Amino acid sequence: MSVRRLAAENVQPATFAFTAENQAWAEKKMAEYPPGRQQSAVIPVLFRAQEQDGWVTRASIEYVARLLSMPYIRVLEVATFYTQFQLKPVGTLAHVQVCGTTPCMLRGAEDLRHVCERRINHSPFETNADGTLSWEEVECAGACVNAPMVTIGSDTYEDLTPERLDAIIDRFAAGKGHEVKPGPQGVDRLNAAAEGGATTLLEEPTTARTYKPFPPPPPPPDAAPTAAPAPAAAPKPAEPAKAQEPTTPGRKNEIPEESAPGLKGPPGSPKVSEAKADAARTEASAAAHADGEPNKAMREDATGAESPAGKMDGGAATGGKKTPKQLFDAQAGARDDLKLIAGVGPVLERNMNAVGITTWAQVAKLTPEQIAAVEGELGFKGRVARDRWLEQADALATGGVAEYIKRFGKDPR
Amino acid sequence: MLADQDRIFTNLYGQRDWGLDGARARGGWQDTKKFIDNGRDWIVNEVKGSGLRGRGGAGFPTALKWTFMPKEGVNDGRPSQLLVNADESEPGTCKDREILRHDPHHLIEGCLVAGRAMGAHIAYVYIRGEFIRERQNFEAAVQQAYDAKLIGKNNVHGWDFEIVVHHGAGAYICGEETALMESLEGKKGQPRLKPPFPAAMGVYGNPTTVNNVESIAVVPEILRRGGAWFAGIGRPNNTGTKLFMASGHVNKPAVFEEALGCTFEELIEKHCGGIRGGWDNLLAVIPGGASCPVVRGEDMRTAIMDFDGLREKKSSFGTGGMIVMDKSTDIIKAIWRIQAFFKHESCGQCTPCREGTGWMMRVMERMVEGRAQKREIDMLFEVTKQIEGHTICALGDAAAWPVQGLIRNFRDVIEARIDQYTWSSTSEGAVPSIAAE
Repeated sequence: MSVRRLAAENVQPATFAFTAENQAWAEKKMAEYPPGRQQSAVIPVLFRAQEQDGWVTRASIEYVARLLSMPYIRVLEVATFYTQFQLKPVGTLAHVQVCGTTPCMLRGAEDLRHVCERRINHSPFETNADGTLSWEEVECAGACVNAPMVTIGSDTYEDLTPERLDAIIDRFAAGKGHEVKPGPQGVDRLNAAAEGGATTLLEEPTTARTYKPFPPPPPPPDAAPTAAPAPAAAPKPAEPAKAQEPTTPGRKNEIPEESAPGLKGPPGSPKVSEAKADAARTEASAAAHADGEPNKAMREDATGAESPAGKMDGGAATGGKKTPKQLFDAQAGARDDLKLIAGVGPVLERNMNAVGITTWAQVAKLTPEQIAAVEGELGFKGRVARDRWLEQADALATGGVAEYIKRFGKDPR
Repeated sequence: MLADQDRIFTNLYGQRDWGLDGARARGGWQDTKKFIDNGRDWIVNEVKGSGLRGRGGAGFPTALKWTFMPKEGVNDGRPSQLLVNADESEPGTCKDREILRHDPHHLIEGCLVAGRAMGAHIAYVYIRGEFIRERQNFEAAVQQAYDAKLIGKNNVHGWDFEIVVHHGAGAYICGEETALMESLEGKKGQPRLKPPFPAAMGVYGNPTTVNNVESIAVVPEILRRGGAWFAGIGRPNNTGTKLFMASGHVNKPAVFEEALGCTFEELIEKHCGGIRGGWDNLLAVIPGGASCPVVRGEDMRTAIMDFDGLREKKSSFGTGGMIVMDKSTDIIKAIWRIQAFFKHESCGQCTPCREGTGWMMRVMERMVEGRAQKREIDMLFEVTKQIEGHTICALGDAAAWPVQGLIRNFRDVIEARIDQYTWSSTSEGAVPSIAAE
């Protein structure tokens, strides 16, 4: 982070007031946000103040604070946090912001910086002798394909050479900066298109859209033709679907069927099921009521399985609060390591032992009713099926780890 | 390779009218009423079927994110809100800029449709402060849409919808979704702890979904042509078209829309006129914006440009902003500059990031000269691991990855630089080596 402070007292003007036009604009801006949330307008309003004075003065910070009914310190925080606010006077005719980040650096931003050092002032944020020009190096101004570039005022000057920047600074120093056309400089290109002419969008676009929503699912090969599922099962195709292909073919040969919703047909089985989204939503809203537990459902990689956080705290967050009721008779003989089943952690294993499940063979033979009972008792739903516990346990019960590796192609540990 | 008629952003370079008439002539705002009438589930299903993954860098499925919002009929008095993240500040990334200034109606229409899909009647569009002309364009386009009653109260689509254009003032961290919300509320852009997640408690405490500009802007076209069309482009799980940006040492840097799943070589040859000095001159590529680990040129040439293809290369697809470096590049210095960026942009809230970014930058600064010990390379790597995953937001991770990528791929270069410096030193002290300038 950068440390930024207000300018010295001796350059701070005593007062600040918006012009009538800016005042009206600020009041309109404040009204765009919900009632009582006028604080939201602090950045736009402070920006306007900076446009009026050229830089952000202490008086303008106090003025904006009073306007938005905010404590002074909150506006000061904003003014010092956001680096586009200039906290000391900058050049009256131009403040040149040279982008120096890697993409611009690769194409010669350092030479542009040297031009500024030579033409304006050796140090950034210092004005030249007349006080008309100043410069700084900024972090990525967002025109990377037009590098190197500078921003002066509201406009960007792109695809620069040191000579061209020199000439632009000349124009601004003479007070004729508005005559310089913004955008790519001296290069045969249109904005972000490739030099010498765009490589795409050469055809004239039209309003014609010939594509249709998903085609209805093809009838299952083994079903009688009469038993083919009605097209109504598809999510509301507007017209009888004509299975249109995009003009651009995908890399189909590399596509495994199950992961290609588009090729498989209807989104009857989208990648993430409604049920899972529902569960995630329920959990999320539960978390919104601040029960103090981490909300695992909405992690971006959440699949409903134990999150890494749950593993780290030994699963304290997910279980261990109540002792589950025993549902099965205790098995004779040694206990199997249930943790080898993907989806079962130490806590779950303890709980499963508590309900009476101690061996892989038991897990492999669970009936749907029993699964429902276990899931109900242990407080999770659908995980047994989702993580394919039965198949996993069957493999382990049949031939241990070796069989597991053979069937699933990975080590269960 | 994508055919022109499969391209979504038909005015990417501003060669045509960006206004409402131009957008309509290119097929925009067509059938929008039908989408709104078809209802929320239809939109979500169609987008889900298209396989659209978020275009802001993380690649989270867009439709799934929408389903986290409160369901229709559930009303606790808090309005649902859409927050569009146009705080595009990652070095190497400049696609949203083109959408905002040249195809703004895609985004406006997308906001309306996405708003319907999540039950939101308001969208906030947070545009980075540096995009001043872009914001003015977008504001004008929003005004056109209001005037034509496409959005607003009692609009022609029958779904009341407001769009508020907001802007920042130069803080990269505000691209993080919770920092974005803090900033929109008029505070410093310091990320919030999650949970509560934005879908439960976002801007002003209301349920909010944050989406990237491109994710939202492609939605109307997906609905117009059908999710199957989008899903048919690219590889499974990596479907659709994408705006790519190539900067750095290619012959003709450009922004272009292309199908996901092309190789790096295909993209650069077709759209950027090849690598400066030929393919043998390619040193390294940062494939998805500055925070992605750097990949060696020879590995990159055949890399498939999509989410999974770059994961295989131990990097990340990010935003699709490729920073290309040829053999004239001082790779250590290039990564040092990225570290300087992250040091500058750390919000200062978490100690590992606030101190670590500066620490890494200073060590890297010495390594650029070669003024370091070889054991410091491992120490630096370890420090990156101490930062990664120990901060509230992902900026700490993002700052750690470029260094990790450098050490993983270019350790030999760092060591050679240190050797050179040592070799050049005299009893009076080191003389700067020529290689390090």
